[in-house]
Amino acid sequence: MKFRYYLNRNKSKSIAMDRLKVLLISDRVDCNPDMMEMLKKDLTRVISKYLEIDADAVNVQIRKTSLKDKGTYQAKICANAPIKSVSNAVTLKP
Amino acid sequence: MSEVIVVTSGKGGVGKTTTTANIGTGLAKLGKKVVLIDTDIGLRNLDVVMGLENRIVYHLVDVIEGNCRLKQALIRDKRYPGLFVLPSAQTRDKTAVNPEQMTELTQQLRDCFDYIILDCPAGIEQGFQNAVAGADRALVVTTPEVSAIRDADRIIGLLEAKGMSRCDLIVNRIRMDMVMRGDMMSMDDVVDILAINLIGIIPDDERIVISTNQGEPVAGDDSKVGQAFMNICCRIMGKEVPFMDLAVKRRFFMRFTGLLKKQREVRS
Repeated sequence: MKFRYYLNRNKSKSIAMDRLKVLLISDRVDCNPDMMEMLKKDLTRVISKYLEIDADAVNVQIRKTSLKDKGTYQAKICANAPIKSVSNAVTLKP
Repeated sequence: MSEVIVVTSGKGGVGKTTTTANIGTGLAKLGKKVVLIDTDIGLRNLDVVMGLENRIVYHLVDVIEGNCRLKQALIRDKRYPGLFVLPSAQTRDKTAVNPEQMTELTQQLRDCFDYIILDCPAGIEQGFQNAVAGADRALVVTTPEVSAIRDADRIIGLLEAKGMSRCDLIVNRIRMDMVMRGDMMSMDDVVDILAINLIGIIPDDERIVISTNQGEPVAGDDSKVGQAFMNICCRIMGKEVPFMDLAVKRRFFMRFTGLLKKQREVRS
């Protein structure tokens, strides 16, 4: 039924956006998704030495940020790693 | 003060030549002195889109090689005072010109014109290098499709690496009915991905095909596309013009399903 089709189908726009986001990252940095995954694992491992973090929630992305003073854009790497327990974080500080 | 603007996209067929022709016509209608240069050597098209193909005597390569004076090669568009076209050569290839020669040519034209608009060929090879060499700012044309956006991103990267001071985005061939259905990226989505300043949105319209058939640009007529091009011209001149509302009336059935899905309102 057409009605149900409209309700359930995955919007092709969001598919395109998701594909582009992954594609452009690898184009920009000349680094493929596998490499990003390895980078993420390594970062998680290193951070875990000092802080207790949620390994599943670590998110590493290459993004464009605007440099306000110059009016141009620059690629930067953003890593989000939620810390699980804050008390540990303080005591374990090297 | 004159400005050299390059119209580029990376991918072919997204509307660089049409955009160049219409922006040139629009600026001329606004009383500016404009010259359009077709830099696609070997595949010239701007002359036919402008409807001036029968008036070509000399071309870009003739000027560069000194076979004629610059003024001899410029074709005056009789419909608008102040609009000129410099066609490219059809029988040569892109190695006939180098970036230094293009820069010199644009420098010469700065004295006589307010806007020098370069129609860049598709691709990122020498034709692209030639076209961007003398430009002050770039207009990147894209359509809301994955392939065009990917190429636009690459082009923006190359332009930034070359130190292009201003890059603005034109989203061409947008279909609001598809955007509302969730089957096409909206201009906000495209801007979100490419992260550059948006200077214009052009709706998909069959008038463009008709206008190309007739060799008469649409800029400035009473259609939405004509208005959209005119708005871009005003923004190029530094005026603040709000983006036009391209929203189409949704049919009853679409409105009903839209309510059920609590579809995010598409801003235009």
